[in-house]
Amino acid sequence: MTLHKTRINPAHIVLHVAFLILCVAFIIPLLYIVSISFTSDIEIANNGYLLFPKKITTMAYSYMFRTPVQLVRSYGVSGLVTVGGTMLSLFFTTLLSYTLARQDYKFRRPVSFFVFFTMLFNGGLVPTYILMTRYLHLKNNLLVLILPYLVNAWFVLLMRSFISTLPLSLVESAKIDGAGEWRTFFSIILPLAKPALAAVGLMIAFNYWNDWWLSLLYIDEDKLIPLQYLLYRTMSNIMYLTQQLSTSVSVNIKDIPTESARMAMCILAAGPMLIVFPFFQKHFVRGITVGAIKG
Amino acid sequence: MQPIRRRYSLTNNFTLLLMGAPALLLLLVFNYLPMMGIVIAFKDFHFDKGIWGSDWVGLKNFEFFFTSDNAWRVTRNTLLLNAAFIVTGTSLTVILALMLFELGQRAVKLYQTILFFPYFLSWVVVSYSVYALLSGDYGAVNGLLGHFGIEPVLWYSEPKYWVGILIFANFWKFGGYYMLLFYTNLMGIDTSLYEAAAIDGASKLQQVRHISIPMLTPLIIMLTLLSIGRIFYSDFGMFYFLPKDSGALYPVTDVIDTYVYRALRNTGEIGMAAASGFYQSVVGFVLIFASNLLVKKTNPENAIF
Repeated sequence: MTLHKTRINPAHIVLHVAFLILCVAFIIPLLYIVSISFTSDIEIANNGYLLFPKKITTMAYSYMFRTPVQLVRSYGVSGLVTVGGTMLSLFFTTLLSYTLARQDYKFRRPVSFFVFFTMLFNGGLVPTYILMTRYLHLKNNLLVLILPYLVNAWFVLLMRSFISTLPLSLVESAKIDGAGEWRTFFSIILPLAKPALAAVGLMIAFNYWNDWWLSLLYIDEDKLIPLQYLLYRTMSNIMYLTQQLSTSVSVNIKDIPTESARMAMCILAAGPMLIVFPFFQKHFVRGITVGAIKG
Repeated sequence: MQPIRRRYSLTNNFTLLLMGAPALLLLLVFNYLPMMGIVIAFKDFHFDKGIWGSDWVGLKNFEFFFTSDNAWRVTRNTLLLNAAFIVTGTSLTVILALMLFELGQRAVKLYQTILFFPYFLSWVVVSYSVYALLSGDYGAVNGLLGHFGIEPVLWYSEPKYWVGILIFANFWKFGGYYMLLFYTNLMGIDTSLYEAAAIDGASKLQQVRHISIPMLTPLIIMLTLLSIGRIFYSDFGMFYFLPKDSGALYPVTDVIDTYVYRALRNTGEIGMAAASGFYQSVVGFVLIFASNLLVKKTNPENAIF
């Protein structure tokens, strides 16, 4: 008993309490979204948003599922952009990073400068916007959600420092055995770089999935709207949501529970990924630590 | 002779260049071409005439921008808010990391996961949470104030509260990330240092002051320098989505990035937008370059160049 007693450190209890309070404070704002989505609009009108509504209703969700056309379409757009973009981006990034990790590469310095200068200077929004819309004609084109993020100097930097840790002497012996540069890359470097591919690939995927910026600038056709932009539209203009929901004939616009439906939309659009991403926390942490070591 | 010599020439520079080519081409189109486009700031740009067809106007766009109140307002907001984020963010997360380190590995997993979670949310989703708390009619905060008999506040039209709100939001979203960063750094410290200090009778607080903090200092300095380098740029999503683009809040929440965006998309003042964007790119470049030089001085391994 006494032994046990001495092991409880009062300072630790204080620290635990502080962390618990902080954690609760961090979660409450998110719980509100969930609670509101299950509250009836009548109760909201009477009592405001409550963390614990008196009555739980799934009405908002049943409205969302009645005409889920836009939601499904947006899932499709976000999914396609994330999968396609991540695969292409990871491939191009790894190829380039590998060449920059090779100490014997003659153009290593000028190419590095070309890549990393983009971290120091950029043309800014206006020239970029005009280039994309007037010259490349990418407005309302699915490619506009993928192409601009394919190569990012930061990910190249990260990938290069991962690859630099690999035993590159293997490359030399492969060459002596007569393997070409491409074969060396595909049969020796790629398999060894798997953990790096997972960590950087996850970061790229996360960037694509969470992006609203490109769609905010370049997309206004309903069929090309990704999830994040759909959420933004729903937030800034509740009419947009009611239009979406009332497209089926049987719904009367007045009956739509807009307050809870808005939050239900947020849960349906963001929820699934939010549950998935923290499982990859480990990989993110690895990316962070390498990132911290290397700039 | 010939085949043998080729076999032993180990580097095929041309093939390596070809491997990097797709990525380099993309950088050329999406990063370097826009750099050429900064000349728009010196033109009276019309969409139908294009960049080269539009007339030169010299510094007129800059004159308009710098003689308006906007230039001062957005520069001040950008600098002060970013400075506040750097100071509050760094100090709080260092404290949290030290607390976490003291508690030891087993206990921290849950706290880590919960505090890191908001990092995975986009600013759009965060704006839903903020709205749930701050909505004038139904918001949770006004509900709470009502319990104490305090009049509801119209948060989205009261600029004076927003410096605080933004600082909170910034800490909420990135606090877990930086805490983890500092925590992993602390985990790398040789434990024998603490053991030796304990034997010499150093208290926990003394150990923190004389071992943990000095060991963290290089990372703190480096991160701060990098943030100062980017102090002219701000997190567009935060400043655009959280205040819901409410005009009443512009005196506090309008930063260079949101100003450029609105001038381009909403008010159609392309000249002004280009001039302010040019201003941001050039000053931003000088700052990033300078901070990178300083990083190089303190810790050459971490410099970009």
